[in-house]
Amino acid sequence: MSGNSNSNDVVIRVHGLVNAFNGKVIHDHLDLDVMRGEVLGVVGGSGTGKSVLLRSIIGLNHPVEGSIEVFGTETAGIEASELKGLQLRWGVLFQGGALFSSQTVAENIQVPLRRYTHMSQELMDEIAAMKLSLVGLPPDAAQKYPSELSGGMIKRAGLARALALDPELLFLDEPTSGLDPISANQFDELVGSLQQSLGLTVFMVTHDIDSLRAITDRIAVLVKKKIKVGTIQTLVHDSDPWIHEYFSGSRGRAALAGVA
Amino acid sequence: MRNRPLAAPDESLADLRVERRQNLLRLVPIGEWNVGQSPRLDSLLQAVRPEGAHEAEIDGSNLTELDSAGAWLLLRSKHELESAGVRIRGFVLPDRYAPLVRTMEAEHLAPVKHAVPPHGFVYFVERIGRGTSHALSQGYGMLGFLGRVTVEAIEAILSPRRELPVPAFVRQIEETGLTALPIVGLLAFLIGVVLAYQGADQLRRFGAEIFTVDLLGVGFLRELGGLVTAIIVAGRSGSAFTAHIGTMRVNEEVDAMETMGLNIAEILVLPRVLGLMIALPLLTFYADVVGLIGGMVMCYFDLNITVPVFLRELQSAITYKTLLVGLIKAPVFAFLIGLVGCFEGLQVERNAESVGKLTTRSVVESIFLIITFDAGFSILFSIIGI
Repeated sequence: MSGNSNSNDVVIRVHGLVNAFNGKVIHDHLDLDVMRGEVLGVVGGSGTGKSVLLRSIIGLNHPVEGSIEVFGTETAGIEASELKGLQLRWGVLFQGGALFSSQTVAENIQVPLRRYTHMSQELMDEIAAMKLSLVGLPPDAAQKYPSELSGGMIKRAGLARALALDPELLFLDEPTSGLDPISANQFDELVGSLQQSLGLTVFMVTHDIDSLRAITDRIAVLVKKKIKVGTIQTLVHDSDPWIHEYFSGSRGRAALAGVA
Repeated sequence: MRNRPLAAPDESLADLRVERRQNLLRLVPIGEWNVGQSPRLDSLLQAVRPEGAHEAEIDGSNLTELDSAGAWLLLRSKHELESAGVRIRGFVLPDRYAPLVRTMEAEHLAPVKHAVPPHGFVYFVERIGRGTSHALSQGYGMLGFLGRVTVEAIEAILSPRRELPVPAFVRQIEETGLTALPIVGLLAFLIGVVLAYQGADQLRRFGAEIFTVDLLGVGFLRELGGLVTAIIVAGRSGSAFTAHIGTMRVNEEVDAMETMGLNIAEILVLPRVLGLMIALPLLTFYADVVGLIGGMVMCYFDLNITVPVFLRELQSAITYKTLLVGLIKAPVFAFLIGLVGCFEGLQVERNAESVGKLTTRSVVESIFLIITFDAGFSILFSIIGI
């Protein structure tokens, strides 16, 4: 799925990242490079700081130490709202969707369009409808409020909003959690096809081993406060007990049947 | 693939060439067709008319960049030309954009329709009707809630199995009472000062300055102390009750409690209401004292009434009944604030806007009820001659 990009092209470079909360160290000098055009899956047990890593990269969490470069710009320790140039180039799908509850789905999608472009209302409506159909929502979802949507629809609407400005880099925080397997598969296919057609780089925190198999190029596993990067094929044979258990447990085996 | 931030619409970055050859219309998009350029490209494409062309061709081979907004514009033109009876002879795009366009073409695309906001006289009448019936059902709901809380409170007290949530209850007294002392004290003091100053100004004209003390004593102890304290607490703690319980509803915590068979009234409502019923009379007494001190200070500076003279006059003006009449209202006000605050909190729907709306409503309703009940008390006391 990658291969359409220069492998030296690093979009996110995390170096020596240290995160600690109330003295408890979550990340201990962690390094990670994300290449342009790849889909990177980030996995790890509960409390290993997957979301914290994501939040650090997008500037919502200030690390204790270390540097994080996105598109060559340092984001560590800078207020999220000050990363203006970067925010046009990335989209974030939060775990719960994080749709603005006082606005309809269409208005949610149009928030970044309204803020950063000078489109006519008609064009914005068309773009919103187009994004909705891209993420597989029916047209009548546009005028609904987030409270009227199901969990899966909220995720899709959140993805549509994250894609509003056609970003180069997409952050997904557990995109398929809470979806039924069919919707989850569709979501994976969707992310995969969007990734291909838009040349997206995708940073995806997930627990879903099917997603990992379906769309990721590489997998970053958070173990022992560090990161181990590999492909499914290499990680299956990893010596670390958590990684071994993750890929060789009954769920892992079923999902990976035929891979290793 | 874009590797720069969005650029403002610019001819040199993205453009559209329109060529006509006999019956053929050729659209040649050039450059970076992305979301940043789309406003300008949109108007360029809107201006294109078939004008007698039977066939059309869209040649995107000169595109250096195409994102979903750009692809949408091209697809839209293609559909529009098709529906105008023009045959599309070719739709050429660089291979790397093929998956995007395939995905988008597969979907049925209909623009969002905006609902027209209703207006007019009928809508005006409808709103009044809706408001009235809502107010009535609100009152009915509150009455039901009062009944439920009463029954569950009695059950909780009588049930030997359960322990009353004493720690929660004590914490409520601290949060609604102790931490309110500075603000209640400051405001009561200032109102005492203002009342003394205004009273002195008027009474001086009759040479009756000394009655400022009577005005202060009776006014503060009977009415103002209790009213001011209740209104501050309604704004401070009533809103906190609604916001807290409301957020718990948003997080489904209340639902979780109910499915565990926990008694909502016992856990959420009783500690708040009972805590407030203890805290508010104490706060009212405190406000009475501080308010009188404020008045006393003002009397000393403005009217040269010394402290002993002030106290002697105060003693003759008021009796313990004056104080009690003021204090007896406090638990009733507290009950109203707590009940409304908790009731509105439980009405919250699962969205952020609802929390704000109901918190506002909770404060407005409890202040309304406080003043209405205060008026009721005045009538009652005058009938029974206190």
